[in-house]
Amino acid sequence: MSITLILVVGCLTAVGVYLATSRVLSRIVLGFAVLGHAAVLALLTAGGPAGRAPLADRNPVDETSNPLPQALSLTAIVIAFGLTLFLLALARRQQQLSGDDVVEDDLEDRRVAQRDQAADRTVHGASDEAPGEVQR
Amino acid sequence: MTSIVALLVLLPLTASMAALGVRNQGPLRDIVSIGTLTTASALSVILLAHVEANGSVVVRLGGWAPELGIVLVADMFAVLVLAVAMLTILLVEVFAIGQRGTASGADPSVVGPMLLVLTAGVALSILTGDLFTLFVAFELMLVASYVLLTHQGKAGQIRSGMTYVVINLFASTLFLFGVAFVYASTGTVNLALLAQRIPELDDGVRWGIGLWFLVVFGTKAAMFPLFSWLPDSYPTAPTTITAIFAGLLTKIGVYVMIRFNTLTGMDDLGGVILILAGLTMIIGVAGALAQDDMKRILSFHIVSQIGYMMMGLGLFTVAGVAGAIIFIVHQIPVKTVLFLVGAMVESDRGTSALSRVGGMISRSPWLALLFALPALSLAGIPPFSGFVAKLALIDAGVSSTSTVIVVVALVGSALTLLSMVKIWGGVFWGTDPADGDPSDEIDGGGPGSDVSRRAWWTMSWATSVTMILTLAIAVFAGPIWTMSERAATELLDGETYMSDVLDDGSDA
Repeated sequence: MSITLILVVGCLTAVGVYLATSRVLSRIVLGFAVLGHAAVLALLTAGGPAGRAPLADRNPVDETSNPLPQALSLTAIVIAFGLTLFLLALARRQQQLSGDDVVEDDLEDRRVAQRDQAADRTVHGASDEAPGEVQR
Repeated sequence: MTSIVALLVLLPLTASMAALGVRNQGPLRDIVSIGTLTTASALSVILLAHVEANGSVVVRLGGWAPELGIVLVADMFAVLVLAVAMLTILLVEVFAIGQRGTASGADPSVVGPMLLVLTAGVALSILTGDLFTLFVAFELMLVASYVLLTHQGKAGQIRSGMTYVVINLFASTLFLFGVAFVYASTGTVNLALLAQRIPELDDGVRWGIGLWFLVVFGTKAAMFPLFSWLPDSYPTAPTTITAIFAGLLTKIGVYVMIRFNTLTGMDDLGGVILILAGLTMIIGVAGALAQDDMKRILSFHIVSQIGYMMMGLGLFTVAGVAGAIIFIVHQIPVKTVLFLVGAMVESDRGTSALSRVGGMISRSPWLALLFALPALSLAGIPPFSGFVAKLALIDAGVSSTSTVIVVVALVGSALTLLSMVKIWGGVFWGTDPADGDPSDEIDGGGPGSDVSRRAWWTMSWATSVTMILTLAIAVFAGPIWTMSERAATELLDGETYMSDVLDDGSDA
């Protein structure tokens, strides 16, 4: 296993997680693209040292690289392609609906926040601005 | 028999493409969907009978050795869950066809093909014998679920759909990393080989792999503290879709969690799993009590019930795992039927908020019955299937002297009943806040309702049959328990699974 590849996997993961935690959907999409690369590289690294092309009739078996993780990686890459497209479509739809592609607050969260504000106002009003409340 | 195992995956997948091709030709598309799902259900029941009588069926796709190729393994655990899952999907598809005439119905040209993709994903997740194919199967299932959740393109669906997709993508990426770690430490992704090699690893590596996959499968299963995406996203989907998600997706997460942890002998994780199980039960049901919408209450219950399945796994005894298995079998139809009733209430009244629905019992007594029986079953009241499943779990907990989790489970059950009473009081009793006149019985929908008589009848029929399925599980609890026990023994022992997959050279 090469230490360089492991370091690259680490860096890609860090960048990917950073981007994916953003509120901007296009950054999230990029983040997942990078994270996907990190995972695929990790899978390739897990297959052992690189070697010659794994063609049984041309190269001796002990000199070739491990073909199984390569096959798995290809599958994972194809899946990542499809999902990136789907995420982009969602981001586009979000942009159509709200004008930008920022993740909106959860409805329930907003309701709780409003309730807290309302409670604050009531307490505040009861102590200081009671006359104002009565007038309204 | 081997061809049936492969067909259960390939048939829905091929049919989904056919259905996608004819998606705008209503009757033809429905015939393809219903025909495929009926065939798949029939095949899965035949397979169940065969495996019950003759033992596991193993298919090596393309004849490759298990080290290199993909194996499908139909053991007792797999076929038991598969049969219930296929029957449930079929009934939901019938319901969806009935519901299409109503405003709250999902777009049939999307639901038909995508439900078939989902079916293929579910079947492959259940049958697969290696971790990487499991990853692919999860993706298949989830891609279908992403589309089903967001296809109407409403603002709320896109918002919560984004959360759902991002969380699941993150879990899938972690899954892929996990596959890399497992491959690096053992040199295989085949479950039977992993069952041999993982117990030989160092404790540190083994714990690492175990905890890593607990996070991955726990996110899919909505285990505490990784559940918050579920009550957020499920209620925004069309309710028919939520019914199928609620019945199947999280249960598949628990299914693979049980399969992976038992086969690879992660017994030392039992304590961690039990703690998480207890927290999942209580936090889930507490969330349900705080809600005031039928769909949201039921969504939190999905989380709570996951705790019970994990409790059975966490005990790591034959009785515990068998209890978890029978709990999964009981949950799939029960959860589905509760959401289907929610969908019917919503079709009739246009909402499922408790404050805006009321007096449904006088509008449709049959619907009230359809809700009451599975609700009591969910709470674990005898003589329903939930009682059998919970009794099995409590019994297993008592016999392995894990008193704390037993007490937590019983408290959770009581709170479940309380929140079911809340739905009952809000939706079925009381007066109708809309028109205050409870006398107009559903006769093809009351005034202001857009439900045609035929649509209502189809929906009632599909829901009733699903309810009969849950009652059948209670009636046939004896045989199902025997099968669950056998499945649990096979899983915990692992020898049968290994010898079935590795030694059986014949693939014809």
